[in-house]
Amino acid sequence: MELVLGLANYALFMGVFIGIYAILALGLNIQWGYSGLFNAGIAGFFAVGAYTSAILTSPYAEGRIGGFELPTVVGWVGAMVAAALIAWPIGKVCLRFRSDYLAIASIGIAEIIRLVIKSEDVLTNGAKGINNIPRPFGDLPYVQSQIAYLAIVLLVLAIVYFAVERQYNAPWGRMMRAVRDNEVAATAMGKDITFRRQQAFIFGAALMGLGGALFAHFNRSITPEAIDPMVATFLVWIMLILGGSGNNRGAILGTAVVWTIWSVSEIATDRLPHEYAVQAKYVRVFLIGLMLQLVLRYRPEGLLPEPLGGTRSASRPVAEARSQKGL
Amino acid sequence: MLELDQLVKQFGGFRAVDKCSFSVREGTITGLVGPNGAGKTTLFNLIAGAFPPTAGTIRFMGEDVTGLPSNELFHRGLVRTFQIPHEFHRLTVLENLMLVPPAQPGESLLANWLSWGKVRDAERVVEARARETLKFLELTHVADVRAGNLSGGQKKLLELGRTMMTDAKLVLLDEPAAGVNRTLLRKLEEKIQILNKERGYTFILIEHDMEMIEKLCDPVVCMAEGKVLIAGDFQTVRSDPRVLEAYLGETQGDAA
Repeated sequence: MELVLGLANYALFMGVFIGIYAILALGLNIQWGYSGLFNAGIAGFFAVGAYTSAILTSPYAEGRIGGFELPTVVGWVGAMVAAALIAWPIGKVCLRFRSDYLAIASIGIAEIIRLVIKSEDVLTNGAKGINNIPRPFGDLPYVQSQIAYLAIVLLVLAIVYFAVERQYNAPWGRMMRAVRDNEVAATAMGKDITFRRQQAFIFGAALMGLGGALFAHFNRSITPEAIDPMVATFLVWIMLILGGSGNNRGAILGTAVVWTIWSVSEIATDRLPHEYAVQAKYVRVFLIGLMLQLVLRYRPEGLLPEPLGGTRSASRPVAEARSQKGL
Repeated sequence: MLELDQLVKQFGGFRAVDKCSFSVREGTITGLVGPNGAGKTTLFNLIAGAFPPTAGTIRFMGEDVTGLPSNELFHRGLVRTFQIPHEFHRLTVLENLMLVPPAQPGESLLANWLSWGKVRDAERVVEARARETLKFLELTHVADVRAGNLSGGQKKLLELGRTMMTDAKLVLLDEPAAGVNRTLLRKLEEKIQILNKERGYTFILIEHDMEMIEKLCDPVVCMAEGKVLIAGDFQTVRSDPRVLEAYLGETQGDAA
């Protein structure tokens, strides 16, 4: 009985994280999958969202701004707005670069954001981070509270999924994929690619901010530790690539697969004798890297490839769509 | 409708286009010929706004459009195709066409969330027009194929098809016949003539296939080494000694 309960708790915990990461992966899919923007600074937008919501909703604490104690929903919307506002000047400067340069620039910017958070005590309480972040239904007993939060995360994920899937199936998504495929031709066809890229960048960043906020409220605290690029940027990239960039369902599937491996392997390594446990942590990173290599080698388009003719899939009968995909 | 005045494009120390001046009358199909490296495609890029000229002015429909980017020129009715096909390779052929019409309601994020019905209605109109275009180009059977998987000739047709998805006034065709087989070529000529007569498109056509130039173009402009050598009807241009010289090499011309 105890084991069952433990497993159930663990599943709830994992479900919440998969939900949060899926939102990050969907945000990245807008930027990379739809628009071809190589954002390697997901952690930065994640952090801005997490801290913004934390500051807006947490109770007063000595030596740091805050004490607004606004409702959580306001914090989450605020997180999206803040991440979008931060993305605007970054996009203005960086989107002129070709994708590989954008990657380098965005890594740098995410690091700057992390260092600012670490050192600006007045804003973020520095290395100690912000605690006492309220959690919706956080007063319920442990299991009920976890279930409630999972339900909220899944609801938010569902809304995000339908919002981005709608754009994929709309002329906006078609236009972004065209800009991704050939920017010269897209310009010649009258599309303002600078503006459109900026739109996609900000849209994706807002979702990353939302993911950060959901994370902070789930943990009830946020510290600079949580914005480690390995976990907050590269893991998300692997989820999207493995799941299938350009495919929103693929992004969610990839998140579930990668997070499960990542999380279960942590349990496994924790059970090892102490002298091996530290080394085994690196094996987890290696395992994820290996998986990425295998996917890129044998299934470069991901588990669920980009759907064909996205803008018409909504109006087409399923059977016809299947036969054209060669399934 | 298009006037080029003393147009210059300099790449470092190399003058790709050197003081080019000519004008294009509405309703014509103007041929642009000349040996390789004469500056024809660079001139196209200047007209289409791919990059600004080093000096000189471009007037389109009576307005100075020098230095305007190609997306803005597109909205004024100037559409181009590319010598090397620039298809959107992961989009389907149908999507490649549906993408083109300007100012679609579904290009707005908010409209897609808030007024989906309106977007869908507009999509149906655009799809019908795209299917009509595919039928005209006889590409209906590949409508749902990724454009990257088309043959070279089909990609050329798709390039032409994109110009038909908007109400273009002036269409720049960069070697539409290159890599296209004979049968398809005749078809292409036919399509261009129909578009010219029935839709009133004005064309500028870069082409090495002289048969096609002879059949379609009046006037013909011949360029060499960045300069306009001569402009006139096909026979005049073909029999001009400077044109022969440009194609056959200077030494021969000097010896003669």
